[in-house]
Amino acid sequence: MKSPSSNLKWEILEFYTGMALRVLATTTNTDVSMRFSTLLKNPAEWMQVPGPESDIVITSRVRLARNLVGHPFPGWARKEDRIAVMEEVRPALEELSEMKDSFSEEMTKLSAIEKQVLVERHLISREHAAKSSGCGTVMNRKQTISVMVNEEDHLRMQAIRPGLQLLSAYGSLDHIDSTLEADLPYAFDHQYGYLTACPTNLGTGMRASAMLHLPGLVLSEQINQTIQGANKIGLAVRGLYGEGTEALANLFQISNQNTLGTDEKEIIAHLDKVISQLIENEKNARIKILEDRPTMMQDQIGRAYAVLKYAHIISSKEALNHLSMIRLGCDLGFVSEEEREAINVLLTEIQPAHLQISAKRKLTPEERDILRAEIIRNRLNRLTPPDFSTILDERDDDE
Amino acid sequence: MNCDVCQSEDATIFFSQVVEGKLQKVNLCKPCADEKGVTDPTGFALADMLEGMGEEQVTETVIDTEELICPGCGFTQTDFKKTGRFGCADCYHVFDEGLEGLLEAMHKHTQHVGKVPATFPDLPPAEIAPGPTEPMEPSPLDRLSELKNALSKSVEDEDYEEAARLRDEISQLESQVGDS
Repeated sequence: MKSPSSNLKWEILEFYTGMALRVLATTTNTDVSMRFSTLLKNPAEWMQVPGPESDIVITSRVRLARNLVGHPFPGWARKEDRIAVMEEVRPALEELSEMKDSFSEEMTKLSAIEKQVLVERHLISREHAAKSSGCGTVMNRKQTISVMVNEEDHLRMQAIRPGLQLLSAYGSLDHIDSTLEADLPYAFDHQYGYLTACPTNLGTGMRASAMLHLPGLVLSEQINQTIQGANKIGLAVRGLYGEGTEALANLFQISNQNTLGTDEKEIIAHLDKVISQLIENEKNARIKILEDRPTMMQDQIGRAYAVLKYAHIISSKEALNHLSMIRLGCDLGFVSEEEREAINVLLTEIQPAHLQISAKRKLTPEERDILRAEIIRNRLNRLTPPDFSTILDERDDDE
Repeated sequence: MNCDVCQSEDATIFFSQVVEGKLQKVNLCKPCADEKGVTDPTGFALADMLEGMGEEQVTETVIDTEELICPGCGFTQTDFKKTGRFGCADCYHVFDEGLEGLLEAMHKHTQHVGKVPATFPDLPPAEIAPGPTEPMEPSPLDRLSELKNALSKSVEDEDYEEAARLRDEISQLESQVGDS
């Protein structure tokens, strides 16, 4: 188990179990940690600014995959190749006007916990967090644009926006991409489009996705049907942290699968259309539940309030699912609108790496559950009991 | 060419299969093929059959194929099968064969549409337009909507004979689309 070749596996293992904590102060480059802490202090823009349809659509994200000619793709490249690509790409990224005041770092200079914080903020992928030499990440301070260098492709650029704004997210990436292509020789082919390591990304190299909050469809047990329907028309539906992750907090990511043979705007238009339909379905499901089973709805939201407000030990899963119910309470007018931002912030703030960064030390899972409960109680200290008076008059004895 | 099994009849069925990285070929006559179950594609494995045929015959039919390697990055077809990813941009041209089928299954299309880097030289117009050698086949769904338009037009024109013919064609096409 302890052979030298298993070192990497150990690193990854430690990363995932959150056991390896190099506290910020011990990071070799103090300048970097200063900047990382600055990044941390700024909550991502999408958490604070509401966007179109932001009661149901939490965020819109678009990513573009690009590679340079003359270098093997990162997964097949030797360390020297990856470093050469990074040296070519990073200055070009840092020079972008969009990246003024950016956070730019090599993966080797970040601790396991710092990398996981970036994962929890959706700024880098879980796969990228496991990378080391010759891999890097560049992002702007508002965390609306982030670029992974040498993930599966040489460049993975992402734009993230609050609410349903896929086209605007694409617009800003398109601009960056056009600036970069003047300096960086992209691998492109007239038949296959942008050449990517995996043929599933060929063509536009674009993946557009939206994070949807669908408690109505989950409570009315229509969600599986909805996911299957989306799959049939070439869209993928995934959990909170992408491929293979569980759907926590009733949050689902919907994205395009096909990238070759349809242009960027058409892919987005199709996705927009399907998402608008899903929003309709979700709203109808909520109305139907309020009509048919108002007591069940009150119970779910009331319980969520009680637990979040008074629990002293709470797991991430339990917390996320109750936060989803409070958010639903906001949407339905039972809980004050003002709590929406607190909930958005909590969605990431109570994740394991964020907790350990705020505690400035390594925490056992039990300690994390205690700190999580404390942070939630503090954030929601203004939260008053849900007010169901609007539905009390028409309540049926449904159970 | 004689059948590899009975050695007397003319071989009319030719089979190739990659077994452990080597291409193996077998030539069979119709009766032997039926007997070995070759005509039932689900249950037939060439390797099993070769096993029953005696070593010397097998070595005769085995052809060593040099595995394709990308000269740019040293990536092989086997690497692709293992990882599902390519080694570098050049691999797309080295392993071009069979790629279209894969992309067709993945994306439903094989021709890029959308953004092209401004720095990229444009193709001569002749290559952009679909050439006469590859006529664009309309998808069944396109064909269906075309037929439906024609149907409503023929009803408008009170050409009921044509309408009936179109109706039958539509229902036939719809059942095909539904099956697939």
